[in-house]
Amino acid sequence: MKLFKVCALMVAVVFLAMTGMAMAGETLDTVKARGMLIAGVNGGVFGFSMPDKKGEWKGLDVDTAKAIAAAVFGDASKVKYVALTAVQRLPALQSKEIDVLCRNTTQTLTRETVNGLNFCHVNFYDGQGFLVPKKLGIKSAKELEGATVCVLPGTTTEMNAADFFRSHGMKWKPVVIENTTELNKAFFAGRCDVLTSDSSQLAAQRSVAPNPDDYVLLPEIISKEPLAPVVRHGDDQWYDIVNWTVMALVQAEEFGITSKNVDQMMKSKNPGIQRFLGVTPGMGKALGLDNKWVYNIIKQVGNYGEIFERNVGVNTPLGLKRGLNDLWTRGGLMYASPFR
Amino acid sequence: MREKQPEKVPFWLDPKKRAILFQIAVLGIVGLIGYYLVSNTIFNLKRQSIATGFSFLHKESSFEIGESLISYSAASSYGKALIVGALNTLEVSFIGIVLTLILGTFVGIARLSTNWLVSKLAGIFIEFMQDIPVLLQLFFWYAIFYDSLPSPRQALAPISGLILSNRGIAFAVPAPSPAHKYMVFFFLAACIVTYFIRRWAKRRQEKTGQYFPTFRVGLALIVGLPLVVWLLFGAPTKMNIPKLVGFNFKGGLTLSPEFVALLLGLVLYTSAFVAEVVRAGIQSVSKGQREAAMAIGLRPSQVLNLVILPQALRVIIPPLTSQMLNLTKNSSLAVAIGFPDFVSVANTTINQTGQSIEGVALIMALYLIFSLSTSAFMNWYNKKAALVER
Repeated sequence: MKLFKVCALMVAVVFLAMTGMAMAGETLDTVKARGMLIAGVNGGVFGFSMPDKKGEWKGLDVDTAKAIAAAVFGDASKVKYVALTAVQRLPALQSKEIDVLCRNTTQTLTRETVNGLNFCHVNFYDGQGFLVPKKLGIKSAKELEGATVCVLPGTTTEMNAADFFRSHGMKWKPVVIENTTELNKAFFAGRCDVLTSDSSQLAAQRSVAPNPDDYVLLPEIISKEPLAPVVRHGDDQWYDIVNWTVMALVQAEEFGITSKNVDQMMKSKNPGIQRFLGVTPGMGKALGLDNKWVYNIIKQVGNYGEIFERNVGVNTPLGLKRGLNDLWTRGGLMYASPFR
Repeated sequence: MREKQPEKVPFWLDPKKRAILFQIAVLGIVGLIGYYLVSNTIFNLKRQSIATGFSFLHKESSFEIGESLISYSAASSYGKALIVGALNTLEVSFIGIVLTLILGTFVGIARLSTNWLVSKLAGIFIEFMQDIPVLLQLFFWYAIFYDSLPSPRQALAPISGLILSNRGIAFAVPAPSPAHKYMVFFFLAACIVTYFIRRWAKRRQEKTGQYFPTFRVGLALIVGLPLVVWLLFGAPTKMNIPKLVGFNFKGGLTLSPEFVALLLGLVLYTSAFVAEVVRAGIQSVSKGQREAAMAIGLRPSQVLNLVILPQALRVIIPPLTSQMLNLTKNSSLAVAIGFPDFVSVANTTINQTGQSIEGVALIMALYLIFSLSTSAFMNWYNKKAALVER
């Protein structure tokens, strides 16, 4: 009989443990209680998210996660980074392994609906391109009939490439390798004629090639890739926080607020800036955050322009121009909704 | 009637009834947990409005697959893409198992050779291949392929009709001819005839003791008949020779670097284990058996076929089965070097449809089917090969 009781107890414990997991609270409360934001990142793309030589995470996506931590905790360092492959990333978010996914992920209709996810404000506008060795002497992607193409799986890339070749009636042969590093090795060793990916990533891969000058990006951009941080369906408050954090980065640049001048800007007479930085309280409280949340973000991480130039801008090995990622006032697409 | 009926034992003290009760309880708990997991998953998927079900299999896949045994394009359905992947897995596993058995048996026998050098070489091969993780071996062979071989434009052609480049091994194959169909037919017919000759010869030998050279006659039939057909058709020797057109080789047959690297890695790794299994099996037959067989005047081939092998196979087959299963399962490491096996295709499908639970369930089901059928076949063969106790 004793055994029976033990069994019954075990069943009860298992059930309690499992229902406990299923009823986990709102994301913000969980994150606050943990004292740490868990962000899913790529881990292998220079300029977006990759640990540097000292093991410190650097990149545009990493800085986005830092901004969220600064908004929530007032401390940008309270982030735990989880490196995920393209295949792992969505399930990791769905299963609550991570709080937010900042991993150059393209916003698509399927992902927002079928996969049960919400994409926040775009933090990088990208497009898929082709990288080829110069010695092939190819000028346009339309000359790629019969080419062998290295592709990373689990991305929109595979489908875009298939669509492009189909619509131009060209045959091709994909080589699909799961690990970014292995894929690049195969390409640079000549296994494929072409490497296709988001053009920012291609620029990043070229910068770490044995001889970067031997490779050239073809002019065709075959897709729209709005890359944005992602959260789960079903927690609107958390969505608002991540969404408005990215917008705050953009708005700060528009206001001309940088990490250097943010303290002076606190004394600004502009009522918009006063509301924005929490001098006039209200905005932070509405999100369930500290009223100085924007101040903390900008002071510790900087505005969008600073983040861009620091990680992928013209003075970095990637050497990307602002292009689509410039402010709307300068002809780009970065446009934040009003903070009021 | 002095003996009284023993006192009635309450059911919880009766070990038999208690055992049944415990089994029911355990089964119930497992069932409940299973039910909970499934219903919880379905509930959570619904709550997050994530699609479920297998209707995605009919949708257009819109991705390309590098190599396929059947005709496939990005316009085909996800279901067809998965079939392509399954066939690729089957192809590499089947060829891998056949090659592994041949190489493993060869090395296993070499390990027992009385020749010092042969035996030591086999030993070194086994130790090296067994001790290096198979994933590393795959990376190694793949890197060898694309790092050491030249690009298609500077391809190596050691003999005419064979071209080596970092795009794969291209070689000439006989150009299609009507003779081939008939050759295959007569080959199969010869195989069947040989099987019946073998049965007849065995029965006759058991009855009369007369010996019939089945092996030689069978070989003559199997090789000879197709050859005669080939000659009758005027011995067509036209070959389909690979040529560089644009980026790649057209014509002939091309084995991709991914396929070759995967096959090499799997075969070399698994054959080391098979070699040890074969060696152990042969050594398990005691020396006395061989000596006794020779003493009654059997020829060496008969000693091996009638005395050693039947007893050794009994020991060899069960561990051999698990090695074959290992090879099949290890073939899923293909994703690491870009061979489009079932896991690789399923991964892409999961990513485009977002239905990971269904995708993973399909992967598990496929490997389960492959493994169960392999072990069913091997169990059947084991029963057939087992010693009949008299």
